[in-house]
This record gives sequence, structure tokens and C-alpha cells, in this order.
Amino acid sequence: MIPRCDTPSARARFLPWAPLLTLAIMVGPVVAGVLGTLGPAFGYMPALGGDGFNLKAFAMLFDWPGITRASVLSVTTGIAATALSLLLVALICAAWSGSRAFRIIERMLSPLLSVPHAAAAFGLAFLIAPSGWIARATSPWLTGWDRPPDLLILQDPYGLSLIAGLVVKEVPFLLLMTLAALSQIRSQQARDTALALGYSPVTGWFKTVFPRVYAQIRLPVFAVLAFSMTVVDVSLILGPTTPTTLSVQILKWMNDPDLDMRFLASAAAVWQLTLVVCALLLWRLVELALSGLGRRWVASGARRGATRVVQTVSIAAATLSAGAIVFGIFGLLVWSFAGFWSFPDLLPDTFTLKTWMRHGMNLWPIITETLIIASVATLAAMLLTLACLEAEDRYGLRPGSRVLWLLYVPLIVPQIAFLTGLQTLAIFTGIDGNRMAVIAVHIIFVLPYVFLSLADPFRAWDARYGHVARALGAGCDGVLWRVRLPMLLRPILTAAAVGFAVSIGQYLPTLLAGAGRVQTLTTEAVALASGGDRRVISVYALSQTALALLPFAFALFIPAIVWRNRKGLRHA
Amino acid sequence: MPDPGLTLDGVVIQRERRILVDISDHVAPGEVLTVMGPSGSGKSTLLSYIIGTLDDGFDAKGQVMLNGTDITDLAPEQRHVGILFQDELLFPHLSVGENLAFGLRATVKGRAARRQHIDTALEDIGLAGFADRDPETLSGGQKARVALMRMLLSGPKALLLDEPFSRLDTERRDQIRTLVFDQARAKGLPVLLVTHDHADADAAGGRVHRLT
Repeated sequence: MIPRCDTPSARARFLPWAPLLTLAIMVGPVVAGVLGTLGPAFGYMPALGGDGFNLKAFAMLFDWPGITRASVLSVTTGIAATALSLLLVALICAAWSGSRAFRIIERMLSPLLSVPHAAAAFGLAFLIAPSGWIARATSPWLTGWDRPPDLLILQDPYGLSLIAGLVVKEVPFLLLMTLAALSQIRSQQARDTALALGYSPVTGWFKTVFPRVYAQIRLPVFAVLAFSMTVVDVSLILGPTTPTTLSVQILKWMNDPDLDMRFLASAAAVWQLTLVVCALLLWRLVELALSGLGRRWVASGARRGATRVVQTVSIAAATLSAGAIVFGIFGLLVWSFAGFWSFPDLLPDTFTLKTWMRHGMNLWPIITETLIIASVATLAAMLLTLACLEAEDRYGLRPGSRVLWLLYVPLIVPQIAFLTGLQTLAIFTGIDGNRMAVIAVHIIFVLPYVFLSLADPFRAWDARYGHVARALGAGCDGVLWRVRLPMLLRPILTAAAVGFAVSIGQYLPTLLAGAGRVQTLTTEAVALASGGDRRVISVYALSQTALALLPFAFALFIPAIVWRNRKGLRHA
Repeated sequence: MPDPGLTLDGVVIQRERRILVDISDHVAPGEVLTVMGPSGSGKSTLLSYIIGTLDDGFDAKGQVMLNGTDITDLAPEQRHVGILFQDELLFPHLSVGENLAFGLRATVKGRAARRQHIDTALEDIGLAGFADRDPETLSGGQKARVALMRMLLSGPKALLLDEPFSRLDTERRDQIRTLVFDQARAKGLPVLLVTHDHADADAAGGRVHRLT
């Protein structure tokens, strides 16, 4: 911490306020949105003639025949997807951390992580559908099918394909968070100590490392749970249809031309929020129970563990999970160029550019819109993040663990719960339905990710470089612009790429803040889902994926080119 | 000029009520004061206080005077106190020449003049033609010389050394040590050296202040 910065510039006056401003930008809309949902839910929406408080909307909601099923689906798919993802991540780390296989997994993370949810869901759908690649690969020699079987694999009533779609995307996210936690707690030492005491690697890991890792990734796990329970885009593609999950139904009510349905939508959003809170509490209770059991297990001194089995199972599951995304994207690629393709042929008879040519012209304005929104949102989030981190250094405004919770507020409070209210507020203030509104809402979700990915490398920078630079006559700003930021070029670009990918992937925020009038690749791709034209869907989903992956390529190559003669920064 | 040199007047640095450093002393131009103590004794903390980058987790009081001017409350970049750390801390994103240019005072104006200045400086430390090199490709001794020259080019009025020789092998160590002390003496700079190595203290040849 360098206490004296004599720069009476405008920037210097703004800097001390940056953390507060950032929190306001992230948490403010969430609070306003929840209030905007609560009002109409209890009958208060003066613009539509609701100025009293009543429970009519809730009565309507619980009269809706699908309410039980939709609620149960939300809870079961959310908890199952979260538990499976967490289990898989824990098993992979227990069985493989420190190995060569693990480093390969680490390297695959960023690209897997950046594939948008919608594209991954489409890819998975085209794999597992009755006429998908898996069925084609096994027909007719194994299955005996010579036409696509009449099976409800996609959008099954139990939400199994929805769970699968969520797991393949949440595993990379949780794994990334776990890796960050592992590096902070010197897990290798604990594991080696356990090994020396005669524990099998997996048992040793679960007994010594997992409890501490879990304490660090609890918030990301909560975010995954809340997200999985309330996701809209993946659910529209893979989720059940009659009834749909609760969040999809809320969106339908929101889009109903009858404005009175907003009361019902708001009540349902409040109910959804209640379900999420209950599920989080339930999760916490199970956590406590399991930790009690775990303590006894640790105290028992049991050392044996089926390391081989866990290794085999976990690597198989990880391969399956990553393969679902990789082959899914590959499937999209084939579909987008497919001419005539009959079942059960593994590949199309002909390949053609027709689909790309026909939709290419329509794509450009949508790609441009998507790029503008993502660039501005990422830039704003990056500036706020850097300002926060720099203020932390200059003024000692280091956030406590309580404030860190706030970072997760936009990730844990379900989008459907507060965006519903935010849109209601926006409509009556007339600030929705344009690009600025979409960008503003995107910033809420881009900010936490940019902050989380940049904070560690920014703080880990050796402050003595700053001390030397100042002793050589550079001011605080000089140190920041001439030394610190250039040295941190790679992590800054990586964080920007993460933010960019997050923005590209946003479905509900774009749809609601844009009032359906702002079209991005994600909204268009998901809108095509019900039409079922695989070739067109593939073109949109692939464009979406390419746009999200591109910045990661930049983040890799720009530093490599700029610092090609700077060995000291090659691995920074 | 009243009282030339570096004066520490009642400097006391504490952390959590424990006194780490308590020193009052005067270092005349060209003189070397060696501060010795085991690791963790607060040697580096004292240097942070003098250059103005002390972490606010410490309680510090006392005055630092340089050539009669009180610099205790100045920003680090206005103190004109140069420092060399155990690591050379050459900026990895800049070339050797750019590192020196970072240090070179802004009063030397004009691209050609500055370039000339840097080339001469490189010659002085036996590294002629190294301007465009990546600092990471230099040997330990070469890096140490660049770090020293970068600091000298900034025109310091005092020199702080934070165990700057401990990373070097024995042969280089003598060479660099001699170079640093010769330069300081030639420029008439007061030098404060912190170290735990008696050989450093002997080579410095000045008074020794012990921390416990």
C-alpha cells in the first residue's frame, strides 16, 4: 500500500469512490428489481391500476394447474445439476490433481468455459436427440432403428436432458473456481502428508483438502444452484415443455400481451425466488449434516480408498462431459454445412454453403449488435474493476469477506426474479428496449466475472516494482500505466475475454432489457429453438460460439506477440 | 547547505506495539552506514519508511532529513532517494535501454540526447550495445549493473541498499559491491546498507548499527 499519491487530477478524485460506485452498479439494480417484482406480486402497480395490497396474483398462481410440477422441476433439476457437477469436480481433483492428465484438463477449461450455454445446449441436443449423432452412430447395427425412434429423449418430462445440459457447462465453471482455491491452500502439501501417513490419494484428498476447498467455493456453488434452478435459455432448448420449468413459464407470462399477466408473472417470480432461498437453505443444512459425518469419517482414521475406481470413473465422466461440448460444437459445424442428410447416415450425403450464404446477410447486423454490447459492457466492467483494485491499493480500501459476498449477489439472486421487476420499472420509466438498457444490464453480470478473474493476478503483482518505479521518480499514475498495467497485460486480456463471453451468452437480460427489440446472436439462436431447423440453429449457435471464443484467442496471442522478446512475461 | 547527508531523527517503527526499529543517526555524503540484523528484524521496513512506501500496518514516527530538507511527508517520487533490492526488479516489459530511460531524469530532453545518455551509461557498466536486449536474457551480474545504473540515472541524493548482493555468486559479489560503493563515493551520496552478511559490512567499511 502506497499511502501518498499527489495527483490532484479528476481521476484521482474519482478513484476513492470507485468501489462504492461498483457495488451500487452491481447490487443497486438487483435490489430495485426485487422490489419491482415484489410490488406487482402483491397487487401494487399503480400504472396498471393496482394500488392496494392483495394476494390475488398468488391465488391465480397456485390455481395454475402446472404449478406443482413446475416448482418440483425447478428444485429437482437445480439440485441434481449442482450436486452432480460438484461431485464430478471433487472426484476429478481428488483422483487427478497434480498429474499430467490434470494439466491437460486445466488447459481445456477456458475454451470449454467460454462456449455459451445456448450453443452447448444445442450441441448436446443434436447429439442425444432420437435422430442425433449418438443414435446414428449406433443404428441400425446396435439398435435396429432404421428411422429415428419415437422417444422423448430431448425435453423429457423429468428434466434429465436439462440436467445434462447444465452439468456439462457448470463442471468447467466449478473446476475453475476449485483450481483457484487449490492454489491458495497449498493442497499438494496436505495431500503428500496424508500419503505419508498411509492414506490412499483419494481418501487423503477428501479428508485434508476438500473441506478447505469447499469453504472457498461455497459461493460459486450457491451461484450454480441458483442458476440451475432458474435458467431460461438452456431450459427452452433442453427442458420439459408441458409444463415447462417455472422460469420459462414466468417469461411466457411476462411476454403476454395482456399486461394484467404481469401481476401473475411477478407473483411467480417471487415464488421462484422463495424456492431458490429454500433450496439454498436446504443445501446448507445438508452441508452441515455431511460435515458432521465427514468429521467422524476423518476421526475414524480409515485410510483405504478405491483410488483406481475413482480415477477411472472420474476421468470417464470428465471426458464425457467435455466430449458433449466438443462433439456438440462439431455436430453444429456439420449440420451448418449439411446438404441432404438421411437417418441413420453418420454424415450428410453432401456438404453445402447454402445455409451460411442464405443467413450470412442477416447475421451481420446481429453480430455487430452483439459485439457492440459485449465490448461496451466489458470495457465498462474492466474500468470499474481496475479502478476498484487500484483504489484498494492506494487507499487501503480492501474489501472484507462480507463485501465479497456482494460480488455474488447478481449471480445468486435469480435473474428471473429481479429482471422481471427491473423490466416492469423500466417500462414505466421508458428506458427499456434500446441498446443502452441492454448494455447497462449486461454490466451487472459481466462485472463480477471480470472482477473475480482479475483480482488475484492484480493483487499478486510484486509491489516492489511499484516502489522502485516511484523511487525512480514515477507518480502513482505513472506506476499504474507504465509499469503495472503493461506487466498485467495477459491477465487483463483474459479477464476481458471472460467478461466478453459472459455478455455474449446473456439471454434473459438481453430479452427483458431489450424488450425483444434488441437482437443478439443468443436471443436469435434461442428463438429458433422451437422452429427446429437444425441447419439455421447451427449457423447461429456457431456464430455465437465463435464470437465468445475469439477474445480468448486474442488474450492468448496478443501478449505472445507484444511480449515476444520479453522472456520474463511469457508465463505471467 | 545545512547538514548535508541523510539524517534519521528519532525514527521508531512499531507493529502491534512491538518496536522493530529505533534509530537516530546521520550518514554523511560518501559515507556508508550498515544496518545489520537477523531476518524479520525490520531492516527492510526501515528502508520502506525512508523511501515512503511503508505499509499502513506499521506505526512509524520520526523525521527523515535529506541534505537538511525534511522529506518525511513527501511522496516517494519527490524524495530523490534511490533504492536497490535483493532482486534487480528490472521491468520485464521494457528493454534494457527502456529500463534505463525509465530512470533517466526528464531534464535530459530530446530523443537523441536521451539515447546518447543511455548508450554512455551502458558503456560505463561494460554493457555497450545492450540497449535493445530483453532484461530477462541478462546474467545476474549484468542485471545488477543495469539496476544500479537505472537508479543512478534518476539522480538520487541518497542510496539505500536492501541486501542487494546476496543473490550474486561470490566472484560477482565483490565486483558489484566495489562498483556500487565506488559510484556512491564518487557522487558523494550517503549510503544506507541493510544486510545480514558480515562480508557486506566489512566491504562497506563504515559504521554498523545493529537491530535486534
